[in-house]
Amino acid sequence: MAATEFAARVGTEDGVAVIDLTGEVSAAAEQKLLEAYAQTNGEAVVLLDFSAVDYINSTGIALIVGLLGQARAAGQEVQARGLAEHYREIFRITRLSDFMTILDDAGEET
Amino acid sequence: MSAWPQSIARVIRRSERPAAATEETPAALEPAPAAPAAPVVQIPPHDPLVAYFQSAPGAVDLAGLELDSPALEELRAAGVRLAVPLVSQGELVGLLNLGPRLSDQDYSTDDRKLLNSLAAQAAPALQVAQLVRRQEAEARSRERIEQELRVATLIQQNFLPKQLPDLPGWHVSAYYRPAREVGGDFYDFVELPEGQIGLVIGDVTDKGVPAAMVMAATRSVLRASAQRVVSPGEVLSRVNELMCPDMPAKMFVTCLYGVLEPSTGRFRFANAGHNLPYVRTAEGTIELRATGMPLGLLPGIVYEETEAVLEPGQVMLLHSDGVAEAHSAESEMFGFPRLLDVVGSRQDKAEVIDRVLTELDRFTPQGWEQEDDITLVALTRTGGAAAAPATLDVSFTIPSEQGNERAASERVAEAVESLGLEPARLERLKTAVSEAVMNAIEHGNQSNPELPVEIGIRREGRELLVRITDQGGEREIPEAETPDLEAKLEGLQKPRGWGLFLIKNMVDDLRVTTDGVHHIAELVMRLEGEDDGGD
Repeated sequence: MAATEFAARVGTEDGVAVIDLTGEVSAAAEQKLLEAYAQTNGEAVVLLDFSAVDYINSTGIALIVGLLGQARAAGQEVQARGLAEHYREIFRITRLSDFMTILDDAGEET
Repeated sequence: MSAWPQSIARVIRRSERPAAATEETPAALEPAPAAPAAPVVQIPPHDPLVAYFQSAPGAVDLAGLELDSPALEELRAAGVRLAVPLVSQGELVGLLNLGPRLSDQDYSTDDRKLLNSLAAQAAPALQVAQLVRRQEAEARSRERIEQELRVATLIQQNFLPKQLPDLPGWHVSAYYRPAREVGGDFYDFVELPEGQIGLVIGDVTDKGVPAAMVMAATRSVLRASAQRVVSPGEVLSRVNELMCPDMPAKMFVTCLYGVLEPSTGRFRFANAGHNLPYVRTAEGTIELRATGMPLGLLPGIVYEETEAVLEPGQVMLLHSDGVAEAHSAESEMFGFPRLLDVVGSRQDKAEVIDRVLTELDRFTPQGWEQEDDITLVALTRTGGAAAAPATLDVSFTIPSEQGNERAASERVAEAVESLGLEPARLERLKTAVSEAVMNAIEHGNQSNPELPVEIGIRREGRELLVRITDQGGEREIPEAETPDLEAKLEGLQKPRGWGLFLIKNMVDDLRVTTDGVHHIAELVMRLEGEDDGGD
């Protein structure tokens, strides 16, 4: 159960800035997540890929809220994919999913 | 010759006074009450005289007889001169013995003819009389055996449980059918502390009253021992020590004793030579192995202990010899492999005991007289959320260091594993625990590693309670409010502040209290599987 260190890697897929997240989205992820977001260079769509994320806590939610706030201010759309069912539920409860598009594993909107 | 009458010959002693001629007639035949006291001569079945009389054509003069026979000497000594064998259907059923004639003359040919024809008629009558007597004696002994069987059955049934235990999350059933000659089968359920239950199945060698008495004694001793000692192996050792000195010769008891923890399915057991329990799992049917000497044979036996966990959906069957040792019309034995197959078969949904009995009925000939007692005890873990374990009480502490909340939540998940929470609800609980512990570390204990966060997990009825206690009792805990996401996104509020909100939405209830020194956050999860209000 050793916590996997957080990592965020930025790439592009069909004109979409993709941030691949790995490990634990918690307080320790802040720096790296902000740096990764800064690299998206105002692309119209930012896709957060949670496939390799095994844990998100309330601080992690706060980080995502912060990022989403910045993206909205910059006129970017934020999408998320690869979320485990439990975290999809948390995104619904926190209403994050009202402000970002949650894609299923096939990349379709859910 | 085994049914040789006890006294085959009664010798008439010659009377002092002149006797009437009738005195020399068959009136003297046993059991004629009119016979004067005459010494009874026992002729052992292997005496050569028996064979001689049996093939003699008629009355025999003892004087001229040359045989190495103690009985012959005895008859002569008793004054018998002439013996007329009473032979019916080739069997020597008696003798007509005559002393010397009053005239002291030899018996005439006419006398012999008369005696021979008398014997020819008396012999069958005597044989019938003997048969009737024997049958009467047999009927009496049968009646005594029946009476004994009734007593044995009564003892047996009085010592079998009157009702089955009510174990939440388990379906328990038992079946007992004695053979006509009641064997010594028994089973029992012993209530133990902390909701545990002792399961007993046993078989006393021998049948009838002796077996029933030993069964009753074993059951009592076992009950008493089970209340005192926890370990099943130790219980059997104790029972063995207590039984050994008083065990009747050639008797012993096979017995399996196990302790079931209904909440977790944990089954620890030891075995004194009894049949192994069968467990039907998703992967097939298995035997739970543990071996040991039967009770009452040798003192000082140590019983090996085995542990198994019965998962939801699994069925355990305890059984006695009566099933596996039943025979078909072709003298084939039912056998353990067949029983194992029946336990494992999923073709119909019938209860395992019913399936075993149906299969046994199909296997044995019509009108089959059961050879031995049949005892079956089945436990099915119905499991899932319906399982209501009586006990769950775990607590641990962690130092207040960031990151420990995840380890704490994993430990809670492990501790509640046996409750069979749905995976989604387990995930919610983990998130709630992790958030509550994080609050305790950061806010309650100000991330001071010296201060412990205590986590207690308890089950109360249908509720699972996880209590997280920190040392920050003097600090106020804010109410859980629904965060204003729009304001946060607009940058009007800080993005943080999701912890309490998440907890509240993950569990069925959140109770926060303080005693001035500690904060206590109690997370409540209902175990009935209802939807929580989170969605």
